[in-house]
Amino acid sequence: MADQKIGAYICKGCGLEERLDMQQIEMTATRDGKAAVAHQHDMLCSKEGVEMIRNSIESDEITHTVIVACSRRAKVEAFNFSDVAVARANLREGVIWLRPDSDENRETTQEMADDYVRMACAEAKAMHKPSPSGEQDLNKHILVVGGGVSGMTVALEAAAAGYPVSIVEKSGALGGHVAELYKRTPQHAAPAGVANGRNVDLPGAEDTGIEEMIKRVEENADINVHLNSTVAKTSGAPGRFSVDIATESGSTTTENFGAIVQASGFKPYDANQLPEFGYDRSADVVTNLELEALAKAANGGPIKRPSDGKEVTSVAFVQCAGQRSDKEGHLPYCSGFCCTTSIKQALYFKEQNPDCDTTVLYSDLRTPGAAGEDFYRRGQQSEVIFTKGDVSEVVTNGELTVKFKDIILGEDTEMVADLVVLATGQVPNSGPDPYAVAPSDDDEEEGGDSAPEENTVTVSVESILNLDYRQGSDLPQLKYGFTDSHFICFPYETRRTGIYAAGPVRRPMDIKQAVDDATGAAMKAIQEVHNAAAGRAAHPRSGDLSFPSFRKEGCTQCKRCTVECPFGAIDEDEEGYPQYNESRCRRCGTCMGACPVRVISFENYSVETVNQQIKNCDIPDEFDEKPRILALACENDAYPALDQAAMSGEELTPWARVIPVRCLGSVNLSWVTDAMNSGYDGVVLMGCQKGDDYQCHFVRGSAMAAERMSKVGDTLSTLNLEPERVVIHEVAITDIKRAPQLINDMAKVVEEIGMSPFKF
Amino acid sequence: MSTNTAMIEKYRNSFLKEVEANVEEGDWVKMCMQCGVCSGSCPLGKDWAHPPQEIFMMIRAGKREEVLTSDSMWMCTSCYNCIVRCPRELPITHIMHGLAHYAKRLGLAPKNQPTMKFAQLFWDNLAKKGRVNELKLGISLYFMNGFGEGIKTSLKMKDIGLGMLKAKRMSVAEAFGGHAVKDLAGFQKMLKKAQELEDARLSQHG
Repeated sequence: MADQKIGAYICKGCGLEERLDMQQIEMTATRDGKAAVAHQHDMLCSKEGVEMIRNSIESDEITHTVIVACSRRAKVEAFNFSDVAVARANLREGVIWLRPDSDENRETTQEMADDYVRMACAEAKAMHKPSPSGEQDLNKHILVVGGGVSGMTVALEAAAAGYPVSIVEKSGALGGHVAELYKRTPQHAAPAGVANGRNVDLPGAEDTGIEEMIKRVEENADINVHLNSTVAKTSGAPGRFSVDIATESGSTTTENFGAIVQASGFKPYDANQLPEFGYDRSADVVTNLELEALAKAANGGPIKRPSDGKEVTSVAFVQCAGQRSDKEGHLPYCSGFCCTTSIKQALYFKEQNPDCDTTVLYSDLRTPGAAGEDFYRRGQQSEVIFTKGDVSEVVTNGELTVKFKDIILGEDTEMVADLVVLATGQVPNSGPDPYAVAPSDDDEEEGGDSAPEENTVTVSVESILNLDYRQGSDLPQLKYGFTDSHFICFPYETRRTGIYAAGPVRRPMDIKQAVDDATGAAMKAIQEVHNAAAGRAAHPRSGDLSFPSFRKEGCTQCKRCTVECPFGAIDEDEEGYPQYNESRCRRCGTCMGACPVRVISFENYSVETVNQQIKNCDIPDEFDEKPRILALACENDAYPALDQAAMSGEELTPWARVIPVRCLGSVNLSWVTDAMNSGYDGVVLMGCQKGDDYQCHFVRGSAMAAERMSKVGDTLSTLNLEPERVVIHEVAITDIKRAPQLINDMAKVVEEIGMSPFKF
Repeated sequence: MSTNTAMIEKYRNSFLKEVEANVEEGDWVKMCMQCGVCSGSCPLGKDWAHPPQEIFMMIRAGKREEVLTSDSMWMCTSCYNCIVRCPRELPITHIMHGLAHYAKRLGLAPKNQPTMKFAQLFWDNLAKKGRVNELKLGISLYFMNGFGEGIKTSLKMKDIGLGMLKAKRMSVAEAFGGHAVKDLAGFQKMLKKAQELEDARLSQHG
């Protein structure tokens, strides 16, 4: 690397000059950091400061830039030099804002700053400028799987934005479940100024508008509809998906797509699993979806009951039927649409015949959406009786008797009805979960196995996407079979990049929410088409051009990378070597952390870049009484929490040296052992929450890290070191006080157990 | 047929409809969403057999007898806390008084309910002269629960009474007739007319 020239640009602003010896910093950069060029500037992020750096880059004076200023999370626009490798030494948030300004602390603060400069220069030396692979071209064609209201919305939105769409629909018609509805719940609240009264004009049920929507889809030249078709095979990656579309008749066509949206919707819950409500014994016990068919048949006239065609004069709605319950075969979650649906259906009866007795038996009435509360009031206004009751049984002896406990009045009671409507929920229409645990785990796994004797809530486990991926045929799932995604930060990003889930397959929802959801997914698919073409990463490392590569000579074909990648980005070639798909990759580095022979690296992030940082920190000898604590902090939550701590004046031990990592999943065990070997006294790993309610931005990274680190104790004992010297913590972005405290706690531990004997 | 049985006949299954048609502000009852804020806000709520939330639920559950014979709504002190806090803006206080009034009209209100007795005494006292005769009202309240208790209460209060006499806050003369509003005949005519209107309304509904 003879032609490598490092330029160190040192900022004196934001109080750095007052707190630190800038001459000393510059000397550290040139002497220890081997920077070819070092410049100081009063305010590096100003126009002049940035211009100074830009001029050096353009005159080929430098190939690597080290910005000695603030946190890498600050001033990102100013210090965005895409044509060189950039490393940042964080002296503002990382040093002076975390340390008290007093004479006795001056020395340790300066040491901290010098170390960060050395580390940044060393990191830069090991970095290369990332450049895209060019694996994909721009393919604006988007595939939508599912022709219900969600799928059609995606198609219409994408087509309107200029992206051609193909819809693959399994059935013979577009429209999905919405086409089965008589009416839909209202979308808008009462206009402003409508009093909170009892006889006012409130929103009522509306036409579904589905015919008009189907017509718009069919008439759109940019939308190609494949009815009676399924996806037989999906291979490739975002920007270059190759999809076999199979028709019922057996013919198959292959098309290429830039991105895919899975809008496979939901399956109605099977009410046969509710023998207590007599669904299997009486034709007059129906589900909410079946009532829509009755209402459609009546078409505004009196609704007749199925058994004998008698006009219904009393009807009971049983809310949460087979939902929100831990009982076997029931859905543990709330489907979110059934309360407003029952209000809508009660009004079918009331508005046709005000004397019809309609009772909604609920335990918690929830009416999401802008119109929800007003629609509830409309139901009350029309004298639908809402009874807070817990239904135990529907007796079907000639007439239907609903037995329930009135929760307000605290008594067991019953009512007789012509018709009983069960407000049953939504079961996601997902394919088999690639990570489902073996069938022995019988309680919560659904969609994972096809064992029919188990009372699971999923009916079918036919694959929907038939992905030709190393890690399974379909999108990974959450606990109840819904598509897994980071629901707080980027709900549409599934664990298969470039494939987006929209509508009730992602979580239970109503029409309005599905339309919003589908619009969001369409936008994400459009974004991904362009990201893939440009070789950029999707969330959360949006825009990152680096991607992993591996040194084939060193690879032992252990397959840990292909198994552990949370996004199924890595396949295996015929010889068993990993085969990277750049545009499927989210750049978390979990493969890099997994690799036991350390052959996986990114241009600007590798085992070496971090190792160099670890090694280029000065380790004072044992008698200096100055321990060194290495903190590897996840750049998504823990590192920003430390930045926040600096901004709010928290204090950090002067012995700490913090290195941001892309994800705790990218932490290679060798960093920890190398750090211990080079004389660090303690190591603190800070990642995101793992488990069912994970917050890891790369889904599995922190869980992987925790698993790997559980074995670190053995390594330490072979080195004759105390296991307390390495800890792993879950840190949230809000842990502003806690994040520095965790590192300070390690300083206390070191004080108690003594310094590491590995200082040379 | 008594009014009560007539009402049962007419509204057969729907006590809610009966309340809507006959109870002051009764058409609000259906709008209750059972949040329970009224019951939680009522300063005397814990002493009610059925706090307002429950009364509303009982009406919808068709518990006619239980509601109308209950003494709960008679416990309302008109503090208006519930009205202020009800998220659905139900005039709960008025509904409570409306229910009490309706129960009394049907002869279902609990016998010897003290609030009801007091209200009757107050009304009778007021209707006579168009003014409240405080001396007479006071004495009638002392003797509301029988002669013995009346004497006891009178003796207990005698010092206050004598003090008020001394300070001329009370006149013994009021015990004999007492003074009336200027146009007593006009006042009574007005009451009579009001009663006629009310009877006409009831005969139309009831």
